Amino acid sequence: MSQARSSTAEDEYNGERHVYEPHRAGLPPLVPYFRELWRRRTFAFELSRTSMHAANTDTVFGQAWLVINPLLLSGVYYILVDIIGGGASKADPGAFFALLTSGLFLYYYITGSMSAGTTAVTQGGRLILNTSFPKMLLTVSTVYTAFRRFLPTLIVYFGIHLITGQKVGFHLLWLIPILIMATMMGLGLANLFATLQVYFRDTASFLPYVIRIWLYLSPVLWTIEMAKERAGKGGQMYQLLLTWSPINPMYGILGAQGEVLVGGTSPSWDLLAYGFGWSALILVAGSLLMMSREREFAVRL
Amino acid sequence: MTSLSQGAAISVKDVHVQYRMNLQKNPTLKNTIVRLGRRERTVRVFEALDGVSFDVPHGKVMGVIGANGAGKSTLMRTVAGILAPSQGRIEVNGRVSTLLALGVGFNSALSGRENVTLGGLAAGLSRAEIKEKYAEISAFAEIEDFMDMPMRTYSSGMYSRLAFAVAVNMDPDILIIDEALSAGDAHFKKKASDKMAELVSKARTMLVVSHALGTIKELCDEAIWLHKGKLIRRGEPDEIIAAYTKFLQVGEDAITLEDF
Repeated sequence: MSQARSSTAEDEYNGERHVYEPHRAGLPPLVPYFRELWRRRTFAFELSRTSMHAANTDTVFGQAWLVINPLLLSGVYYILVDIIGGGASKADPGAFFALLTSGLFLYYYITGSMSAGTTAVTQGGRLILNTSFPKMLLTVSTVYTAFRRFLPTLIVYFGIHLITGQKVGFHLLWLIPILIMATMMGLGLANLFATLQVYFRDTASFLPYVIRIWLYLSPVLWTIEMAKERAGKGGQMYQLLLTWSPINPMYGILGAQGEVLVGGTSPSWDLLAYGFGWSALILVAGSLLMMSREREFAVRL
Repeated sequence: MTSLSQGAAISVKDVHVQYRMNLQKNPTLKNTIVRLGRRERTVRVFEALDGVSFDVPHGKVMGVIGANGAGKSTLMRTVAGILAPSQGRIEVNGRVSTLLALGVGFNSALSGRENVTLGGLAAGLSRAEIKEKYAEISAFAEIEDFMDMPMRTYSSGMYSRLAFAVAVNMDPDILIIDEALSAGDAHFKKKASDKMAELVSKARTMLVVSHALGTIKELCDEAIWLHKGKLIRRGEPDEIIAAYTKFLQVGEDAITLEDF
């Protein structure tokens, strides 16, 4: 079915000449694809703006809700883990609260991109049936929306950072590459799950379970130091958790962020390497899957 | 069949489109897993277009007729680049504007204005170009008062009028229209057909699918007749319509399609 693609540099989307040839199971020509994705980026921003407007996220109270919701969540987890659960933070409850909050905010940025991205294609029905455009624009738009929803929480976090007396300095610039990695991972996951959702319409209903379990397995409600300490005391589950952590794509990014924000240092290279490796892998794999399948979306919607 | 000429606006060469139709109403992972034990096939491969070749010279209007399930909409979508051909090659020279059966808006929670902007941006127009066209579109669709209301509040007529207004006002080099002329009331139909005639006079290339044979006769320079994914005949609209009407009257059994 998937025959050789056009070997010439003819452009599938761009310009005034379009050539369509079979590549159903293969990839579209990549250079024109990304060039066109870039050229039509305004669409992604506009879609994000209008959907935030439709969801009233751009009002004062809409923005406030974006902050109150995760704050309440970190309050709940703080009570659960630190107060009822016997205390992860014997030494410094403030530092633990800062770590918990920053971890939750970043975790929900990544998984928020993923869950909003999952339905991006199936909700774009009419547009997909009527217009030829790179479908990744839809997931780029949801990730951009997730980023805009994440920004106010970042400001709130810095309030907590200062109140709990965490260090301020140039090491905080490490947050930039960490956020880039989180965005790469969010987009990769969005592409992956948006494609799966076209084939299995219940993918989105499994996601809340995935997100919850993944949260417990990631260093958000527990710290790497705490796990090491408890593993040292013979805690078998903690030993298992630490052994398998490197295969958790969130481990590197969240661990590195914890070291920067609460540890007050540059992140360790192994965490950065895990973080970058996993983000790049997920971004490439998710995007390739979507690009190789997107011409079939119109038939399956 | 004429050979594919270099100067054609649309050139379709031996195009096949196969669908893998999923027999499950709503494909889910749960269904897939629970059906694993049963050896029923839930996917059927269906040849929607079977070796179709034709070309449309610049400035010509090509009509496409055929019964339901003939592959007309599939052909439109393939030419618009929305569906990939499974085999063959399609070449389109010019900016394409599509007006397919399902209309323009994709998000009914958003206003008409937002849908028009998003549709235009997705189609590759710039914000400035859309802004320039915007007044013309809303005036043509005659729904100025509703442009800032969510599209879910639109009647089906308003919906179709807006879709038509967008497609014809985007200054396309090539206009692909599927069943759209039946949109709206008598007044709008007249307006729509006048606009179409105007576009024809501006030497725009068009590909028109319609069950309204009168429209095909009136607008088209040439027509093709599709049946079950195959191109049965190509020629002057009158001749093709006559053959198609005869076929409809006597039915498939009484007539051998190869006769044409």
